[in-house]
Amino acid sequence: MANVFLWIIVGVLAVVVLYVVITFNSLIMLRNRVENAWSQIDVQLKRRYDLIPNLVNTVKGYMKHEKGVLTEVTRMRAKLVSGTMGEKAKASDAISNALKTIFAVSERYPKLQASENFKMLQEELAGTESKIAFARQFYNDNVMVLNNRIQQFPSNVIAGMLNFKEKEFFKSTEAEKKQVKVEF
Amino acid sequence: MVTLYEHISYNKKKSVLLIGIFFVIIGVLGYAFGLYFGDAFIGLALAIVISTLMALVSFYSGDKIILRMSHAVPADKRKYPHLVNTVEGLAIAAGIPKPKIYVIEDSAINAFATGRDSQHSSITVTTGAIKRLKRDELEGVIAHEMAHIRNYDIRMMMFVVILVGIIALLSDIFLRSMIYGRGKSNRRQSGLIGVIIILIGLILAVLSPLIAQLIKLAVSRKREFLADADGALLSRNPQGLANALKKIRDDKEPLVEAANKATAHLFIENPLRTFKGRINGLFSTHPDINERIKRLKSF
Repeated sequence: MANVFLWIIVGVLAVVVLYVVITFNSLIMLRNRVENAWSQIDVQLKRRYDLIPNLVNTVKGYMKHEKGVLTEVTRMRAKLVSGTMGEKAKASDAISNALKTIFAVSERYPKLQASENFKMLQEELAGTESKIAFARQFYNDNVMVLNNRIQQFPSNVIAGMLNFKEKEFFKSTEAEKKQVKVEF
Repeated sequence: MVTLYEHISYNKKKSVLLIGIFFVIIGVLGYAFGLYFGDAFIGLALAIVISTLMALVSFYSGDKIILRMSHAVPADKRKYPHLVNTVEGLAIAAGIPKPKIYVIEDSAINAFATGRDSQHSSITVTTGAIKRLKRDELEGVIAHEMAHIRNYDIRMMMFVVILVGIIALLSDIFLRSMIYGRGKSNRRQSGLIGVIIILIGLILAVLSPLIAQLIKLAVSRKREFLADADGALLSRNPQGLANALKKIRDDKEPLVEAANKATAHLFIENPLRTFKGRINGLFSTHPDINERIKRLKSF
């Protein structure tokens, strides 16, 4: 009889240990996935950071009346590589808006539109822009999966014991977005 | 609701099943062939060696064969920056390594993906698609292909092309040799060989419709609907693919010159369709395009 109880206890313990191990491993995997997804965003932000000076140099000769938007882009650019995630997100959105303005305004300058260099930059920036959006989508999806695991019962107990922290979504709030004004 | 992981394991299992069927068919043929030459087991052994080789070749270089068959050439980043950027972007969205990119010189709008897994995959687009689709439409098409890659449809479909293609090809050769050989058969094929060729031809002729049925089963229409839905989820813009499909539907010249019956089901929309309408019913590899557009609009 005592033997049976012993085996039941051993069995239950084994199940618990197994559960902890599996949950721990999946949390690690999810966290690594989030970090990898974040580095994808960072790569694209860096790419845009590198492209912006070229764009500014190319268009400034043409756009005499729109200096404001160019200085704005240059100013926000610095925040793309340094700063917290929230600041980066905010700067990234501001630059997206400013770039949209620059490309919209550029239609008034046929000579600029005809320049091969400008066309190439426009394509590269549009491509990078959508890559940032996709990287962000992938990152946020992964953050959601990780955060769900950390919050849901019973995995939340293990996540709490092993000190897993929820990750921050890559976004800027609507209110912040509106504060950034591009004038020209 | 089928999850992505269930779909992947389903595709992997079905790929194995397909190889099994292939082995059996070639094995039976080898056995029959050997029987007439006096030793059935030599025939069987030969068949096993051949089918093993074929299976390995199709697993490791099936995609290269398909690309060669379709006259696809690697896409130059400088020539098609827009295409390359779109593929790179959607690979990020899908969380898979960037597939290789190829183009087919053809005015029709079409595309396909192939490869054995997401680490060894490629996306091929016609130059017509690059020129005639708008940015978000091309994005929709690429997203659909990216979905095929991510859920291992490509492995399954690649096996279908190569293995079933080989059997269909053999059947074709034997049937032709029967038809053209008939006139001279009194002189040349009077002996045992003539009988064997006719017999094998007959077996394969009987098998052909079965093979066609197999293709249809393997590339069930559900697969296309699923890739449409997954693609819409990736691009977050079902309208893009819907508009692209509309353009393909209304295209006056939808025929992709380099496509054939073996590769047709790889494409995003049937490349063998003539403008007037339905292709031959046996190879109706794609669901009705209007139904696809309707479903995309409902997302």
